[in-house]
Amino acid sequence: MPEQESEATMETSFQELPDAPPRRRIRFSLSGKIGIFLVLFWVLMIFIGPSISPYNEADFLDESLFIVPGGDEYPDTDYQPPSKVALLGTDYLGRDTLSRILYGARTTIGISFAATLIAYLLGVTLGIAAAVGSEWLDMCLSRFNDAFLSIPTIMMGLVVIAAVGSTIPILVIMTGFIYATSVFRVARSLGQDVMVSDFVEAAKVRGEGLWWIITREILPNIVMPLATDFGLRFVWIILFISALSFLGLGVQPPMSDWGSMVKENLGGLPYGSIAPLMPSLAIASLTISINLIVDDISAHSGGKLSNKMI
Amino acid sequence: MAALLEVDQLKIDARKDDGSLSPIVKGVSFNVDRGEVVALIGESGSGKTTIALSALGYTKPGLEFTSGEVRLHGQDVISMPSEEKRLMRGQKVAYLAQSAAATFNPSLTIGEQVTESPVLHGQLNQEEANQRAIELYRALELPDPEKLGKRYPHQVSGGQLQRLMAAMALCGNPDLLVLDEPTTALDVTTQIEVLKAFKSVIKQEGSAAIYVTHDLSVVAQIADDIVVLYAGEIQEHGRAEQVVYQPGHDYTRRLMNAVRPPPAAGQGDEMTGDHEREAPALEVRELSAGYGKKNNGNPSIRVLRDVNISIERGHTVGVIGESGCGKSTLARVMSGLLPASQGDVLLDGEPLQPDLKNRSRSELQKVQFVFQMADTALNPRQRIDQILGRPLEFYLGLKGGEKRKRIAELLEMVELPQDFAGRYPDELSGGQKQRINLARALAASPEILLCDEVISALDSIVGANVIELLKRLRKLTGVSYVFISHDLSTVASFADEIVVLYAGRVVEQGHVDQVLSPPYHPYTRLLIASVPELRVGWLEATMETQEAKAGIDRVVRITETGCPFFDRCPIKIEGTCDKEIPPIRNFGDHHQIECHRSEADFLN
Repeated sequence: MPEQESEATMETSFQELPDAPPRRRIRFSLSGKIGIFLVLFWVLMIFIGPSISPYNEADFLDESLFIVPGGDEYPDTDYQPPSKVALLGTDYLGRDTLSRILYGARTTIGISFAATLIAYLLGVTLGIAAAVGSEWLDMCLSRFNDAFLSIPTIMMGLVVIAAVGSTIPILVIMTGFIYATSVFRVARSLGQDVMVSDFVEAAKVRGEGLWWIITREILPNIVMPLATDFGLRFVWIILFISALSFLGLGVQPPMSDWGSMVKENLGGLPYGSIAPLMPSLAIASLTISINLIVDDISAHSGGKLSNKMI
Repeated sequence: MAALLEVDQLKIDARKDDGSLSPIVKGVSFNVDRGEVVALIGESGSGKTTIALSALGYTKPGLEFTSGEVRLHGQDVISMPSEEKRLMRGQKVAYLAQSAAATFNPSLTIGEQVTESPVLHGQLNQEEANQRAIELYRALELPDPEKLGKRYPHQVSGGQLQRLMAAMALCGNPDLLVLDEPTTALDVTTQIEVLKAFKSVIKQEGSAAIYVTHDLSVVAQIADDIVVLYAGEIQEHGRAEQVVYQPGHDYTRRLMNAVRPPPAAGQGDEMTGDHEREAPALEVRELSAGYGKKNNGNPSIRVLRDVNISIERGHTVGVIGESGCGKSTLARVMSGLLPASQGDVLLDGEPLQPDLKNRSRSELQKVQFVFQMADTALNPRQRIDQILGRPLEFYLGLKGGEKRKRIAELLEMVELPQDFAGRYPDELSGGQKQRINLARALAASPEILLCDEVISALDSIVGANVIELLKRLRKLTGVSYVFISHDLSTVASFADEIVVLYAGRVVEQGHVDQVLSPPYHPYTRLLIASVPELRVGWLEATMETQEAKAGIDRVVRITETGCPFFDRCPIKIEGTCDKEIPPIRNFGDHHQIECHRSEADFLN
């Protein structure tokens, strides 16, 4: 009997030990939290910006507003420094910079977001198709994609806009297409990695169809890195749209957009105007914030992400 | 005289998500004297690697030293400034990781990598380091020591690379070697070769070593002192002979029980003797398969050749051989993952389509594949109930409550608690994941389970538990197993029949008792001799046998002519074995050996 007793205690006292710590949840650093705060701020501005802005984006401020009692009779309204009338001063045509930035948030972020969505829809669909499809399909898609990737993005944008003109839908679709090429590369390489894993093989042996394998086995495993990449790609698209606007090919006046605001007001720099600096700051605050969030997420996923992006 | 390394009341904690600490190592003390090998033995999660790494003043990220000291030459390495730690590592303490293949940089020559550390630390100049490396190659009995340094890692065999890792560690004359499971992933024959080389070089160099492993029979061969660990605490500490022959602690005895006895006839489970001669559950006939481009019907790399195996209903067929012999390829062909280039796979006497895409759902259901690595075979993004639920839904059309009930039954079958259904694979231990992996295959209610090395990646205790589970499931469900393993003692304790595969050919097959008793094929004899025994001095005795002398330290090579085992065979016939394909000799009741030698020769 004592023999059996010791057997029983042995069973209970030596449990199988877990061989790996459980998955950790993402923890944002201070910089990540600041990033989240700023991004949330700009997202809020998309919705309420126009309703809280003091003026309309196209309004020329009346010069009477700037008359200082006992001062100059007729002051210039352009490049006014910050004052109670215009909190961030005025631009080269005497429009309120703050109002234009608040209105511009909607155009800049809206266009970039729409373009990023198109880039993702196209890039991920084709990228996964190349990863799971036949060697031949992969070859065709990848070579075609490489050809497109070799054309500089700005040049490509210039040519398309020169040919069909610049309207917002064209801007969105064109940018989406241009950036779909790099999304394709990322999605394809992530998909290929998962495709050769044992659990996909197990699904194949079970007799699962391609649709199940893509939606249940592959996509859930690449969604995190893709989401991170989405953030970065979004930033590049904001910069791209801003660059096009700076060249005068993006959003057309009188609509405001951060990129074109920088360009319009460059002339104010010699006078010490802050009109070109404020939209630059807006662009920087949004893009850097997104980067800060992405940094935290990719640090969580072990930094593997950066290898895929190159 | 003070010991070379003193571990004194060492405590290491892991920092959890919420900032609290959970202890990993709970106050461990032991010494390593000059010229001694101390083995740290325990299951995964016992903290053995964490303790070994502390000798280098290092912890894995997320862990921290909380108290205690690790003194090398009387100096505490934990509180050492990082610059001094850098100098100490490689010079005074060298670390050997588990996988040589992952340690060597494939784009640099072996010589550059072996000599890198002492040259970098300024201990030796390049010329001296090269001389030292050649001495070490010789001590490790590596082929062609003068020219070896000029070769690249892929140009040597796995066992040689493992030994080269020892050369890399020893090149800077360290006082202490830390070896982390250096033979765990190796074939038995390779394990012997590596163990022997390690043992002799450690003796020759007079360096001390910490040897981390979970395999007690390996430890018995190499260690002077054994430290048995469980959950970060020392359970037993003593001289090797004492721990092996008179274990003082329950846990040590438990480890000993997990070591299977050396393979011999009469260990298999008793099966019901006579069964009706109906069609076997699964049969392969004249099967050939391989990889690469097809060239008039034959693949460019032919792995399997003319394989004939039949698996009776409810029986277990063990497939055994070293890596590279085509064991996994055989399972892949049976499952249809790799279509055969010639020959047939028959299920219940009916031929199956070679490619699984053309097989019907009920055919797929009957043959289920259990993958080797449960870590990678379970989708990390699916919960256990989703993983187990899918085959139920897919093959049996179960939904809702019925499905939940069956999932609960399956979890009970593999002895896991019900609340595991809501967990993700990451939250389970290695053994638990392997049970889920099995349960998923069982969910399909299959007739045949193809188990590809299912316990090779597990610790001995966990592996032994899984084998017990497999035995019980066989009784419960009447399923047949094709059990692929390189571990002959596991197969011997579990299978009804054994198929010995060498270089893609079946060299011997028959009932367990027949295969494990004379007459033997020379390859079977080599495999039997290579299984480590829990006995001090076994290694030396084995190396003296003629099988070991001829067969160890050679790689499996697939040959186009003659017998593939020719270059490792102690009883080869020059002029015949290398030219002609050996005949199949029948020794009655399905016991077959493919060899030129006759029965009389085998018995000598």
